[in-house]
Amino acid sequence: MTSLLSRLFGRSRKGSGTTAKDRLRFVLQHDRINLPPERMEQMKAEILAVIAKYLVVDQERVEMALEQRDRMHSKLVAEIPVAKEQHGPAKSAAVPAAQNSDSAAENGANDSAKARQKESEHDTEDAKPEVKADHADDVAEEKKEKA
Amino acid sequence: MAGKVVTVSSGKGGVGKTTATANLGTSLASLGKKVVVIDADIGLRNLDVIMGLENRIVYDLVDIVEGRSKLRQSMIKHKKFEHLYLIPAAQTRDKMSVSPEDMVKLTDELREEFDYILIDSPAGIERGFRNALEPADEVLIVTNPEVSAVRDADRIIGLIEAAEKGPGKLIINRLKTDLVERGEMLSSDDVFDILGLTIVGIIPEDELVLSASNSGVPVTLNEESKAGQAFNNVARRIAGEDVPFMNLNDNPGFFRRLVGLFNGK
Repeated sequence: MTSLLSRLFGRSRKGSGTTAKDRLRFVLQHDRINLPPERMEQMKAEILAVIAKYLVVDQERVEMALEQRDRMHSKLVAEIPVAKEQHGPAKSAAVPAAQNSDSAAENGANDSAKARQKESEHDTEDAKPEVKADHADDVAEEKKEKA
Repeated sequence: MAGKVVTVSSGKGGVGKTTATANLGTSLASLGKKVVVIDADIGLRNLDVIMGLENRIVYDLVDIVEGRSKLRQSMIKHKKFEHLYLIPAAQTRDKMSVSPEDMVKLTDELREEFDYILIDSPAGIERGFRNALEPADEVLIVTNPEVSAVRDADRIIGLIEAAEKGPGKLIINRLKTDLVERGEMLSSDDVFDILGLTIVGIIPEDELVLSASNSGVPVTLNEESKAGQAFNNVARRIAGEDVPFMNLNDNPGFFRRLVGLFNGK
């Protein structure tokens, strides 16, 4: 019945009109806060890089997007799922790097990472391989900079 | 009671802003209101030809502002309406010849004599738009149901709100109902969802609008013209009447769909 009514009175939602609306929504969200999509992607990558220092994130399921209440108010909504396995095998690379570091903040961060590792030592599941690799690379880069 | 200044803006050019201003002018005059329309698009004068008054221009907006002519002698009376006047833009000057303060001063003078002062804003977001916005009591934003026009409308709406002249009201111009029905054009609901402003008019695409501006005769006087009637409705809404929106769906289209349905299409 609904489809009968929509065929009688409504319009197909598959036409280019729907595409126009979706594209407009997207472009206006960025226009309104003066943050082009490219910059947004850059920001997203930076935020995730910071989080990766402390947590292993399930990269595949990260969602970060602008949401619009009304035309004057938008908000940045992020859902960043934490991977089950926190600093498993990747930890072996992280810890020596941190121990060489002079930065107190980094030591602190790694202390908490150490603590988390203790908590999850019994956990047998591995974190996603590419996450581990990313993390190890980051640490390696940090090491290089400090050397 | 002092008159009301209504500015007609759009952001993007070519969406029918000048046509809308001219038609609202004649519609309001038909309602018995005293109306003056001001062409604020200095250097690109157009409202005069749309209204069929291009042969009567002696003085223009810049002449008034610079004190070369008196307000009374610079206003051009419409051929068909006793209480409808035009103040044309200067054609050979640029937008910097008039300041927002000049516009406030001019419209304050006009408020005493007229019920409505309609200002046709130039496209864009620069000086000409500022001139048109500064004296406004109410701002109408004309847009087409197209991505580029709606995007520019959104930009201008932001500026209107920042200038504390908002919220404006929307006129959706040149809506092609058959395309909307097929899902191939943004509907007025879509535009409302995106821009979030009250819609004060939905003007259907209508060839009679072009014939009217070709001949300089107001389309609002043509009872056959759906666009003309839609403009009359906008004018009544601006004047405070509660007017329902026209049914823009063509009945033949409806029956065609009905028949198509029972034929199993």
